[in-house]
Amino acid sequence: MTIDQSLDTVDMMLNMGPQHPSTHGVFRMVLTVDGENIVDVQPHIGYLHRGSEKLCEAEDYRQIVDLFDRLDYVSSFNNELPYVMAVEKLMGLEVPERAQYIRLIMCELNRIASHLLFYGAFGADCGAVTPFLYGFREREQMQSLFESVSGARMMHGYFRVGGVFRDLPDDFNQRLDSLLPMLEKGITECEALLSKNELFLERTLGVGVIDAETAIDFGVTGPNLRASGSTYDLRKDDPYLMYPDFDFNVPIGASGDCFDRYMVRMEEMWESLKIVKQAVARMPDGPIMAKTPRTLRPPKGDVYVRTENPRGEMGVYLVSDGKDKPHRIKMRTPSFCNLVALRHMLIGSYVADAVVILGSIDIVLGDVDR
Amino acid sequence: MSWQDVLFTVLKVLAVIGLITFVVLLLTYMERKALGRIQMRMGPMRTGFHGIFQPIADALKLLLKEDVTPSVRDKSAFWIAPLIVFVPAFILWITIPFTEDLVVRNLEYGIFYIIAVSVVAIVGILMASWGSNNKYALLGGARAAAQLISYELPIILVVLAVVMLAGTLDMREIVHAQGSYPYVYLQPLGLVIFLVAGLAELGRTPFDIPTAESEIVGGPYVEYSGMHWSMFFLAEYANTFAIGALGTVLFLGGWSGPLLPGVIWFAIKTSAIIMAIFWLRATLPRFRIDQLMTICWQFLIPLTFVNILLTGIYAFYGWPSWTMFLMSMALLVVSGGVVRLRQRARTAKFEEALKARREKLAT
Repeated sequence: MTIDQSLDTVDMMLNMGPQHPSTHGVFRMVLTVDGENIVDVQPHIGYLHRGSEKLCEAEDYRQIVDLFDRLDYVSSFNNELPYVMAVEKLMGLEVPERAQYIRLIMCELNRIASHLLFYGAFGADCGAVTPFLYGFREREQMQSLFESVSGARMMHGYFRVGGVFRDLPDDFNQRLDSLLPMLEKGITECEALLSKNELFLERTLGVGVIDAETAIDFGVTGPNLRASGSTYDLRKDDPYLMYPDFDFNVPIGASGDCFDRYMVRMEEMWESLKIVKQAVARMPDGPIMAKTPRTLRPPKGDVYVRTENPRGEMGVYLVSDGKDKPHRIKMRTPSFCNLVALRHMLIGSYVADAVVILGSIDIVLGDVDR
Repeated sequence: MSWQDVLFTVLKVLAVIGLITFVVLLLTYMERKALGRIQMRMGPMRTGFHGIFQPIADALKLLLKEDVTPSVRDKSAFWIAPLIVFVPAFILWITIPFTEDLVVRNLEYGIFYIIAVSVVAIVGILMASWGSNNKYALLGGARAAAQLISYELPIILVVLAVVMLAGTLDMREIVHAQGSYPYVYLQPLGLVIFLVAGLAELGRTPFDIPTAESEIVGGPYVEYSGMHWSMFFLAEYANTFAIGALGTVLFLGGWSGPLLPGVIWFAIKTSAIIMAIFWLRATLPRFRIDQLMTICWQFLIPLTFVNILLTGIYAFYGWPSWTMFLMSMALLVVSGGVVRLRQRARTAKFEEALKARREKLAT
């Protein structure tokens, strides 16, 4: 006897989020699943929309720095940078060299801190409990260093138009000297725990593949794009600060799967460490603020500045009408653009892969929704 | 049966339930402490000396907690499910011998009874997932059904090899049969398969797929709270203890050991297995359901069949014991080597692709 009738199956709609432990905040995916396979996905964003761009229009140029802190709250320094650079470019301000070095060191340390957070969260997404604690151990040391520099663990508000808020504390070099070996040891341990773990490889190799051309079409930037094999890195391709003077590599991946996205970030931490070491050795003395007028009134005009955020290209488009408040600010945030590629990566994978793929994109919802 | 016998039996059953509950509380504390130390933190510290009263605080909190239930549900299935999971986890202890005499009732078909009883829990998990009327629970239930039923097979087959060696299903006799050496000596592969399949049976990391916190947020248990949730929780830890105890009885020679009294030896061996389970939990990520099935059907079950074949040949011809050890060890090494080679090949392939890509970019 043979059964020639196939079973009648119905696709199930599975709502993931906004309250879900693995959506990295208030992101919502409506998955259409056929058993364990994902047939379709409908992402919903906007649960964390605060209207940052509009808020900027009602604030003084100096106050806006704090709004940028709150976009990607795990890499605040990197967010402040393009904004202050945009205002400086419009006003034609010369930023003292020491201030630029401080900015660069802070941004690179912040990149490491951000990637350590990614490491922990990604491990948790794959179902491992320990990486989170491992990633946070060194990150905690960095946060306290940031606190000693800027006065705040997060939302630093440290960069100013024309320089930085205050000079580095006296014991900065000592603290950094003890922090850097600690970081090296910590990152090595983190890699030992996951990078060659057979189970981790099983879960990530060949999952959520996206090739470089498609990724570029979606507007994906940063480690996510480099994992697909592109070398696009604004620190090399559209240099700002003193990046051309430094010796560092741009790690890339081979196939653009979740493992590559993970590995690129792990290697990037080592490159950032290299940059920090070189920068500290070359740090000049001098002023930390350029001379700025009491009220900042950039001349009429518009400017677009972009920098390499830990998550990708962070762009600021600033339109000034010559008053003390900007006419319009557009934030091009990396998480939002990277998230667009999610659907492409998800369809055809398993439900269990959904959180791994989302984790590998490394979004911050404050950055997506603004 | 006189009334004294009845009373005595009831007392023994109550003692076992008390013991298991105590051990479960102890296990939750041990797990949190062990996980804490592995993760470079202290674990619970606030309740009593080094948080020793934490399990009691947890239990009280769960008892006093409001039982929030979904309004639309299959009522009977929803309420009966915790019982169906809870009861087998406790009644299988009736025939597990802690020592020669410390057993509620030694059954002639002890191991058969344990396996038969433990399978019942699957029904409870399915009922919980259906009765919750929740999609996460439904997915978790489907996963649990696939996983638990699949992994019953390697466990049964590996226990079969032990039974073939001992020539009995009686738990006490199995321990007696391991007079001169524990069966881990004859069946190193058997112990490994037993632990892997046991982990999958328990639904613990790396096989915590039915409950997968980061994907389906607790699976079948997602709608349960308070005491009903803690019944699942108790059952899970009682089962962890059971896998430890079964491993001890079947492979590590039960209560036998020099110098110390039997109960202590039993406790040491059991807690060694349980600590290994906790250790794995702290170290490994989670498998995906298709990978889990592949491991079971393409890897574990063929291995157990070969194991049974070798054990049969060994027992039939009455070869010296070291031949069985060598055969089992060789099989273990070969299968371990296959996994290792596969991993090496994958890593090499990845590095090659990366190198090729970089060279292309350089030119």
